[in-house]
Amino acid sequence: MSDKTLYSYTGLFDTPDEIIKAANQVAKDGYKKFDVHTPYPVHGMDKAMKLGSSPLGYVALVLGLGGALLALGIIYFMVVVDYPVIIGGKPYFAFPAFVPILFEVTVLLASVGTVAAMLFFLFKFPNNAHPLHDTDYLKATSCDKYGISIQAEDAKFDEAGISGYFESLGAKSITPIYLDNEEINTKHKVLEPKFIGFLVVVFIIVSGATYISLNKLMIIPPFSWMMEQEKVVPQESFSVFKNERGMQQPVQGTVARGLIPYAFKGKPEEAGKFLVNPLVPTKDILAEGKNKFEVFCSPCHGNLGEGDSRLRGHFPNPPSLHSEKVRQWTDGRIYHVITDGQNVMPGYTSQMTREERWATVLYIRALQRSQNAKESDLL
Amino acid sequence: MSEVKVDYTKKEFPPILSKVGLILTLVGLVLVVLAYSVDHTRSAFNNLILLMFLTSIGLGSLFLVALEYVMGNVWSVPFRRIVEFLGAVLLILPLVFIPIYFNLHDLFHWTHQEAVEADKILKGKAPYLNEQFFIIRAVVFFGLWILFYLFIQRNSQKQDETVDQKLTTRNIRISAFFMPIFALSLTFAAIDWMMSLEPHWFSTIFGVYYFSGTVLTALAAATFLIIYLNEKGYLLKNLVSDHYYSLGALMFAFTNFWAYIAFSQFLLIWYANMPEETFFFINRMEGNWVYVSIALIFVRFAIPYFALLSQPSKMDPKRLKFVSLWILFAHMVDLYWLIMPTFSKDSFVFGWIELAFPILAYGILILVFSIKAKNKNLVPIGDPKLIRGINFRL
Repeated sequence: MSDKTLYSYTGLFDTPDEIIKAANQVAKDGYKKFDVHTPYPVHGMDKAMKLGSSPLGYVALVLGLGGALLALGIIYFMVVVDYPVIIGGKPYFAFPAFVPILFEVTVLLASVGTVAAMLFFLFKFPNNAHPLHDTDYLKATSCDKYGISIQAEDAKFDEAGISGYFESLGAKSITPIYLDNEEINTKHKVLEPKFIGFLVVVFIIVSGATYISLNKLMIIPPFSWMMEQEKVVPQESFSVFKNERGMQQPVQGTVARGLIPYAFKGKPEEAGKFLVNPLVPTKDILAEGKNKFEVFCSPCHGNLGEGDSRLRGHFPNPPSLHSEKVRQWTDGRIYHVITDGQNVMPGYTSQMTREERWATVLYIRALQRSQNAKESDLL
Repeated sequence: MSEVKVDYTKKEFPPILSKVGLILTLVGLVLVVLAYSVDHTRSAFNNLILLMFLTSIGLGSLFLVALEYVMGNVWSVPFRRIVEFLGAVLLILPLVFIPIYFNLHDLFHWTHQEAVEADKILKGKAPYLNEQFFIIRAVVFFGLWILFYLFIQRNSQKQDETVDQKLTTRNIRISAFFMPIFALSLTFAAIDWMMSLEPHWFSTIFGVYYFSGTVLTALAAATFLIIYLNEKGYLLKNLVSDHYYSLGALMFAFTNFWAYIAFSQFLLIWYANMPEETFFFINRMEGNWVYVSIALIFVRFAIPYFALLSQPSKMDPKRLKFVSLWILFAHMVDLYWLIMPTFSKDSFVFGWIELAFPILAYGILILVFSIKAKNKNLVPIGDPKLIRGINFRL
């Protein structure tokens, strides 16, 4: 027994009533360092053991308030100071919208913090070699017995008389629990310099090997990464061409296949004079023109070409297509505006093919005729 | 856990109690009749507040009793009888409803035939919102509530003499049936009597909102009576702070629940910003109604919340009595905030008419309780769970 120090004396009881009575008696007799172990929470135990109120409530309060303030501060900085964006027409500091997040962070910090405080301050974590561990006493109390353990550190503890005291309480199987000196004096091998040095070497080898294989080895064909291949990447220089540009000008004096160059760029008058509509207004062509008109033209000019779209008043007002001027224009002149743009209107060469532009012109003609019908049209 | 014997002897209430109740009721009645003769529209709205308040206490108490049976609660058995007596308010409700029936046109816009004809939305809602169906529903609600109340309390009181455990089993069954009926009838009552004041407005959480206030108010009324009667020695002598703590914790929980529901309702409407929903809150945030709205946050949530936050405060009988009275007041404020903006949209009104109805409410409560409790045990001495309830410790 010389290698062991007494930690506590324990006694087992059979019913919750007995344990409450015993705990009450132990507390009444002035013991401070004792604990009760039961298989489940026994109602009324706090009072019987004369435990004060737990300090955890204050931890939860402080952490909860801290969490609320922290969340409020973060949100305020993000959406009011650093990156203000109007969301849903609400003010930047839209407090009701923050409340759910404040609530969540409050609960999160309070609960996680309370558990952490309980483990580290009250349970003195990490403490994985509690003397009661793996004793028959604790096995019994986690099954169907109720036990009290009075610690030897207690001022009133008297090793000679404690056994008799337990008997007077009515306890069964009174056993002493010893601290294992061997376990107390064991130094953890994990902390020896040899082991730490070994860990460092392993760390260097593994990380170095990983670095080399990922960054050097994988670049060498056939491991080369798809990310690293020679290709045009937007916003990046492209090393294949001399001027390092991905997008090149066409070779001088050539024309891309299928492209018919537009000869009247910046020359509206000549376009009106020389260009002739190659299409005939059949039903299909007009339907095509209507489709393109409604996709590309109507957002500004309106569905009927009157310039009455919802852009009116927000933008330079889009002109009506039914003015005297436009009605006098030749097809080529209108085609020029679609192709080359005019004022704030851009050209639509990249959105519409030649045929589609001409079809749109035919549809605009039909619209003009519909809005300014002559009597002869009615026949 | 020492064995405790039930040493309960019935103590009669001093006659002053029923006298106070009677005087308050009479004063309230006279004032209410006067109010109706002066301004019957305003009185009808106040009458609606009275109805909702008494429904809260009566129906909420019945719910708490049923909850105890269904969940097998032990801690609340020693004072279940008090909650049962409060449920007797349900018997008075039809009387409170009568003046509302005669003033339907003043209260509810949708009862006007010509308004419904001119309004597409009201026309669509007409199959539900019409006078006949409205009255039928009200009668069905009252009938169901009173029926369940009578069954449950009869079984409970019979047990005092027969000490028959089968009566508990029977009440558990009745309570289990009552639960879904309670949920539906309370929701539809809240929709019928309060939400339809603004027939264009709708909120799917409205029934839950009224439920949270209902349970809280019934709890508060019961808590006050339990602590008061216990201090005066009318109940068992073995009630301890653990019982008080449970009541306080429940009140605290339902205070939070109310805030949660009320804020959910506000947040969704505020965020979605749909005109057909927002006008409910706009009415309450314009003019001087905004003061009532802001006050409601403190009266209904912040003050009871902080008053009950710490653990000792949930056990302190003085604190609990104050908070429970405060919650009764807060529920009145809440109902006022829900109902009165329909009557006076621009600014809130407060005068002697608004005071007359609460006087009547408290008169009815005291009177009903004292009449009900006369010649009856205040403790369910025949309940098989009573000893365990007395021995309840946290």
